[in-house]
Amino acid sequence: MNNRLTLAAALVVATGAASAQTTTPELVVYTYDSFASEWGPGPAIKASFEASCACTLTFVAAGDGAEVLSRLRLEGSRSPADVVVGLDSSLIPMANDSGLFAPHGQDMAALTLPIDWDDTTYLPFDWGYFAFVYDTTRVETPPTSFVMLDALDYSIIIQDPRSSTPGLGLLLWIKAAFGDRSGALWDGLADQIVTVTPGWSEAYGLFIAGEADMVLSYTTSPAYHAIVEGDETKAAATFAEGHYMQIELAAQLASSDQPELAAAFMAHLLSPAVQDVIPTTNWMYPAAQSAPLPEGFAQAPERALNYPTEWIAENRQAAVDEWLAALAR
Amino acid sequence: MAGRAGALAGWVALAAVGLISLAPLAALLAQPGQWPQSYALGVLRFTLWQAALSALISVGLAIPLSAALVHRRFAGKQVLLALLGAPFLLPVVVAVFGVLAVWGRSGWVASLLGLPIDIYGLPGLLLVHVFFNLPLATRLILQGWALVPPEHLRLCAQLGLGWRGQWRVLGAPLLRASLPGALLVVFLFSVTSFAAALILGGGPGATTVELAIYQALRLEFNLGGAARLALLQLAICLVVGILALRFARPVGFGAGLALADISLPRARWLVWGDRAILVLAAAFLMLPLLAIVLNGLAGLRDMPAAVWAALARSLGVALGSGALALCAAVAMAALLLRLHASTARGVEAGVMLSLAASPFVLGTGLFILLNPVIAPARLALLLTGLINAVLILPILLRLFIPALAQIAADYGRLSAMCGLTGAARLRHVTLPLLARPLGLGMGLAVALSMGDLGVITLFAAPDSGTLPMVMQRLMGAYRGNAAAGAGLVLVSATLALFYVFDRLGARYGHRI
Repeated sequence: MNNRLTLAAALVVATGAASAQTTTPELVVYTYDSFASEWGPGPAIKASFEASCACTLTFVAAGDGAEVLSRLRLEGSRSPADVVVGLDSSLIPMANDSGLFAPHGQDMAALTLPIDWDDTTYLPFDWGYFAFVYDTTRVETPPTSFVMLDALDYSIIIQDPRSSTPGLGLLLWIKAAFGDRSGALWDGLADQIVTVTPGWSEAYGLFIAGEADMVLSYTTSPAYHAIVEGDETKAAATFAEGHYMQIELAAQLASSDQPELAAAFMAHLLSPAVQDVIPTTNWMYPAAQSAPLPEGFAQAPERALNYPTEWIAENRQAAVDEWLAALAR
Repeated sequence: MAGRAGALAGWVALAAVGLISLAPLAALLAQPGQWPQSYALGVLRFTLWQAALSALISVGLAIPLSAALVHRRFAGKQVLLALLGAPFLLPVVVAVFGVLAVWGRSGWVASLLGLPIDIYGLPGLLLVHVFFNLPLATRLILQGWALVPPEHLRLCAQLGLGWRGQWRVLGAPLLRASLPGALLVVFLFSVTSFAAALILGGGPGATTVELAIYQALRLEFNLGGAARLALLQLAICLVVGILALRFARPVGFGAGLALADISLPRARWLVWGDRAILVLAAAFLMLPLLAIVLNGLAGLRDMPAAVWAALARSLGVALGSGALALCAAVAMAALLLRLHASTARGVEAGVMLSLAASPFVLGTGLFILLNPVIAPARLALLLTGLINAVLILPILLRLFIPALAQIAADYGRLSAMCGLTGAARLRHVTLPLLARPLGLGMGLAVALSMGDLGVITLFAAPDSGTLPMVMQRLMGAYRGNAAAGAGLVLVSATLALFYVFDRLGARYGHRI
């Protein structure tokens, strides 16, 4: 008797689920790991979007930004993804090559980036400055420029530009700030570099473990320690040469079977419901800021460095070669 | 093995392994691409060089360590043997952080000595590779000692053979049988080292081919180029593999009857040498483990609930993968023993190559093959288990082939005379004698699969994260403490599984 009841109940539930599947559209969003995780902005975005869209929003975490793009290219037009969230601005040349993305058609008047943005395919949703983060109890005189970083001889850990976007970001940062003299700067920095890691997380972990005085990260990293851990000892060094921006982008897949829903999601990304949770979940600056920023986000560097896509495409290889030449001894 | 059915199973397993390891590479080779960047060839030279050094040092140290473990009896030896398996089973990032907690610039050694220590560079790279591989090499050599009939040891003792005599009749032939395989396994493992080599190697000077492959696949989408690099590396490894296995000679000690452990006479200076080696090796291998435990304990309460679901998924994948690998390896080992020696060597060297196969290439190639048919993400856990089974197979073969050869040589005729064939022979002769390597093999296979982060990242679907993946995600979101806690859970679960299977094998394994 009991078994039959359970079976009947299971059938009802199963048919209910099946009919729910046919009536509720699903929007699939590919993103990087930490964005979709329970401590990232993913859950809050899912809740606020599903409240109004009559749909199911599914985040698929597929590694870091470069890995997400690579997976989309492997899947091609068969990809179940409708939207990708988390491409890095330095990946735009490669994203363009793929031809996978459609214009977003969004109104970008709300954007509050420190630079002008008029790209019609890639929509910024947050951004940050690369910076060297240090422990104030160990570094007494923080460097205020790359030149001083070189002169003061603090030990640093960086990421490999061949496998990580922050690593590539640092190369472009130095190239943007020093132009033809960037090779000489790398020669100077080479002996301070404790090691080079494949990705951001290993580098940051080694820094926390005390393996170096400074680590390449973001100006917003200290805010995490202050707000979540109540630890005020981390700080980001502000450099006179300016700070290279990492702009995180969302884009719609041309192959999406839910283009209207995808467009609605892109618009939602720039709404206060998402933008207000970005700082304390993704630890980046919101791209369309509407509320005041939390403590620790206020002291942003004044000089933003950012270069157009063509500049990145032209300089990337030269910057990597220069870096290899200086360090691979 | 049960005659024809066994041989068939062997061929099927062999074909499956060939398909799984070669089809993805072929699929990638068919993609457009150009030779990766100019630095790739210099990188290949460095990759082979560091792998050769890693193999020589690891195996060189494993020889005295395994001798000490054979000759010395002490309380907690079984626990030490199990813990010795640990480094090899650690996820790379966990191991790197453990090693650096001891040897890093602000590690225990540096603060104890009060000296600035900088191991980054070739020393650091070799240190971490030896940390990974010394235990594995030791277990592979010890497995050879387990084949020595106790009568031989008793005879040695009665004849009063000194260390030179023991070396001539026991040590040298044993090493001749096990060293080439051990050297090859460590070499191939070190060839595909990527994160550990780069981090401890201190920068681009320590770039391995695997990084160039990763770059070509992920950042440049140069699929054909990545495949060509992988193919070149495989070709070189195949040559090395065939050469190494040519030197291996089976021991042929014959069968024994005794059950008891016999201790050999050992010169006084050798006894002290044994003790010193045991203490040093235990310290070298255990201190990083201790650091991992201490770091992890602090992070246990920060762990999100996702860790436990991920642990369950990891356990499922690991057990399935281990069982599959074990069956395939036994069938394959039995098949190889029926083949002509040189053919068998070639086939085994080919299977060995899966150790040097790039997980990135395997994963990407499979993705391309599957994508037109089915969404690859739906197979994430299945594929992870399957690929892990293929990757551990060469080590299992190294364990089973000598053991099976010995069983056939010792009991083949007797079994035939008694008319023991098929399932009966399997049950009464083969399995009891094979239990030890089976237990160790299952332990290794399960544990290796638990810590793997190779292909799963590419196939990730919602709710399919394994424990190493959750750990990586925690690390990527500033949650280093929680990641260390998850690392501790992973290491404990892995070690427990390894210990249980290893002990099960030892308990049921006996001489007839």
